[in-house]
Amino acid sequence: MKDQADGYITADGRQIGPVVMEMKNITLRFGGVEAIKDISFDIREGEIRAIIGPNGAGKSSMLNVISGFYVPQEGEVWYKGARRAPMKPFQVAEQGIARTFQNIALFEGMSVLDNVMTGRLTHMETGLFWQSLWKGKAEREETANREVAEKIIDFLEIQAIRKTPVSRLSYGLKKRVELARALAAEPSILLLDEPMAGMNVEEKEDMSRFILDVNDEFGTTIALIEHDMGVVMDLSDRVVVMDYGKKIGDGTPHEVRNNQAVIDAYLGVAHDD
Amino acid sequence: MLYRESGDFSSTYAEDSQTFPIKFDRYRYYFVLFVAIAVIPFMINDYWVNSLFLPFLIYAIAAIGLNILVGYCGQVSLGTGGFMAVGAYACYKLMTSFPDVSMLIHVLLAGLITAAVGVLFGLPSLRIKGFYLAVATLAAQFFLVWLFNRVPWFYNYSASGQISAPERTFLGVNITGANTQAWATYLFCLMFVIFSAYVARNLTRGSVGRKWMAIRDMDIAAEIIGVNPLRAKLTAFAISSFFIGISGALFFSIYLGAVEVGEAFGIQKSFLVLFMIIIGGLGSIFGSFAGAAFLVLLPVVLKIVGVDWLGWPTDIVAHLQLVIVGGLIIVFLIAEPHGLAQLWRVAKEKLRLWPFPH
Repeated sequence: MKDQADGYITADGRQIGPVVMEMKNITLRFGGVEAIKDISFDIREGEIRAIIGPNGAGKSSMLNVISGFYVPQEGEVWYKGARRAPMKPFQVAEQGIARTFQNIALFEGMSVLDNVMTGRLTHMETGLFWQSLWKGKAEREETANREVAEKIIDFLEIQAIRKTPVSRLSYGLKKRVELARALAAEPSILLLDEPMAGMNVEEKEDMSRFILDVNDEFGTTIALIEHDMGVVMDLSDRVVVMDYGKKIGDGTPHEVRNNQAVIDAYLGVAHDD
Repeated sequence: MLYRESGDFSSTYAEDSQTFPIKFDRYRYYFVLFVAIAVIPFMINDYWVNSLFLPFLIYAIAAIGLNILVGYCGQVSLGTGGFMAVGAYACYKLMTSFPDVSMLIHVLLAGLITAAVGVLFGLPSLRIKGFYLAVATLAAQFFLVWLFNRVPWFYNYSASGQISAPERTFLGVNITGANTQAWATYLFCLMFVIFSAYVARNLTRGSVGRKWMAIRDMDIAAEIIGVNPLRAKLTAFAISSFFIGISGALFFSIYLGAVEVGEAFGIQKSFLVLFMIIIGGLGSIFGSFAGAAFLVLLPVVLKIVGVDWLGWPTDIVAHLQLVIVGGLIIVFLIAEPHGLAQLWRVAKEKLRLWPFPH
């Protein structure tokens, strides 16, 4: 693999594009606690980028910075070649960044279909007046977006449960519906916060396949946090390793695996104090 | 076997997302509409209109309005009475200032004015949630009642402090004041009920409704998929207050005719409408109707059974009504938070399979 300014080719032969998002010297503090210390990394178009690290390393905080929940005290977020001003999560969503949560954050009172349709909200703009009549523009828009949602439902193989209330589903299915909701937004970057937490081996395999398929078929750039090292090493093109809020490694899975600082962070080292 | 969906296939998404996807439901709905529009007006007299139909129709509008805010958007409000008062007083001021304009315009404008007031009192909802928001809307309730009591401009400096509806017409027919016909007032209110239910249903099944429900179920996740929480909450307050304002305007002008604000639109009214949607079903248009029907019918039925048949004293029957309503609220909150509408849904699900268990 050769690193170039405008992209590279992965081991399995996929063409990775130019940098789409870049974090520059991000520092995030909560009072006196520094959750993220001066971290920089980039995400390239079409790649699967993993963020790993031991518990409390600041991975989720990093994802929250990207999706607009936290505003870092220092540093800049660059997105599609422009510096991103501090913005609210819903504005980030409008820019085409979707995410899932570590603990499932579905709308329990709604059906699977409605949940997936909420992912289309950023694409729907009919005013209240036409919606209240359910005629013309409103109905056309609803149908057009329903088609997109149905495509995602097909893709993730959840057709059979589309009218089921989400609260009746199993954990693994909920995770899948959450992915469907994020995908329905047709995001340019998809952030996955521990997509395989709490799953058994088969569910993990299913989810891995979906992540690879999403990346392959829709060309979606994916940034994910995951604890299962086997999965991370298999899926991702490049890996950022964090520990205690600092970046201790960045590179291909192979490079990261042989990085002494990373091994120390995961296995621990003898301190002589 | 009476109620089934076999043979009903939807082949387009539009067909699949219609309000009554099952043919039997659809025909029953048309039948109810037909009876309401073309049969009932010929059969009713003043007693039935004033004791049953008008309060049912008007409370149904208020319940639909409150259900949008509480049931769909999850913002608890105890200010319904106050917002109904805004509708009533707006309607009164409009009726007295522009006597020649049709009542239809007055009522709709009263709704719009209430919507604006609702948005104003909805502003705190961005910062506060749950109980605290309920208290903020409670403040709105008391402030609005106080305002209409204390500022004489609102009741046109009348000596009694009351407002009373002058005679106004719609399409040349008297519908307010002393000389009204039962069928005319009924049809006028029914028109607004159909309008409200139609608009509310369309909004709640579309993208606005999904935004509201997303905010209700999990506001953080709603924000992450692109829902602007302030806008979603304020539209809910606006639409909800619009319907509540319409119901307030009708309550004053058509049903009561003369109103003293503290009595007609006090905190009891807020609770009454809230009880309607809790018993009827939160987050359901049908539930709004069921709850309104239940709480309007209950005193009438109790009076007939208790006073007329059993010969109990009136005050005992009145107290019994409070006991029953209170008990039902507790039962519903514990056993079936989605109210009569959910019981209805469960019954339909069972009926689809009947007589087979699975």
